Amino acid sequence: MAQGWGLGALVNLDHYGHYIQWHVIQISVGNLIVMVLMVATFLAALFAPFPGRRNRKGAK
Amino acid sequence: MSTDIERQWTSRIRHSVVDKLPPDKLLPDTQPAYVASWIYVFGVTTMAALAVVIATGCILALDGPQWWHSSTLGHYINSMHLWSVEIFFFAMVVHLWGKFSMAAWRGGRSMTWVTGAVTFLASILAGFTGYVSQTNFDSQWIATQAKDGINSTGGGAFFNVLNLGQMLMWHIVLLPIAAVVLTGLHVVMVRIRGVVPPFEDTKTEVAA
Repeated sequence: MAQGWGLGALVNLDHYGHYIQWHVIQISVGNLIVMVLMVATFLAALFAPFPGRRNRKGAK
Repeated sequence: MSTDIERQWTSRIRHSVVDKLPPDKLLPDTQPAYVASWIYVFGVTTMAALAVVIATGCILALDGPQWWHSSTLGHYINSMHLWSVEIFFFAMVVHLWGKFSMAAWRGGRSMTWVTGAVTFLASILAGFTGYVSQTNFDSQWIATQAKDGINSTGGGAFFNVLNLGQMLMWHIVLLPIAAVVLTGLHVVMVRIRGVVPPFEDTKTEVAA
């Protein structure tokens, strides 16, 4: 309904979810993508240089 | 006379608050160099997302489920509510992992850590009660699955996930109050104790 309006999801979600199974572990692809993104964002937050940090050396 | 006034509970509370959190500590002009870290950006992102969650939740409350299920604007606000929650948890977990890696409870900051962790737990409960309050097949499925887990703990007699009224009240009254109060306490703790210094600076802080 809303898709015809031009603001539908960029990815077609109108189907059953995809799942990955490894022995007793089962996880949806969507959840796995979010988890990978969170770990990647965490690593980036730790190691990516913060803008203007050099100039703040003298702060406080 | 002045002694009597100073013994009043209003004076005592004011002095206590100002001593612990003077205005320049509450809203400082500068921060130590180590505060320039992305980890704190995610803490602020969490609070910004919480503000959007609450604002969109208030709009959803105006017209209720039939509106958010059937109208275009209702779908849009409902989606904003969902996606701000996604950002809220995403940012909160990155912030939590970061603070865990820094052992942020050091230097008398245990309550800062505890209020943050309890906020996380309260938010999970808020998210869960939100899922079972959607009033659609998804919420029915989640509630009927969750009831078995909660009943196995014996908690089902008090916290009945099949009781839509109870879940909705927890979701829109009790848990938002808990999340906002805990977040406020967390920020106040950060302001009182300051941001935890890096490991190599701990000795300097103790000596100072």
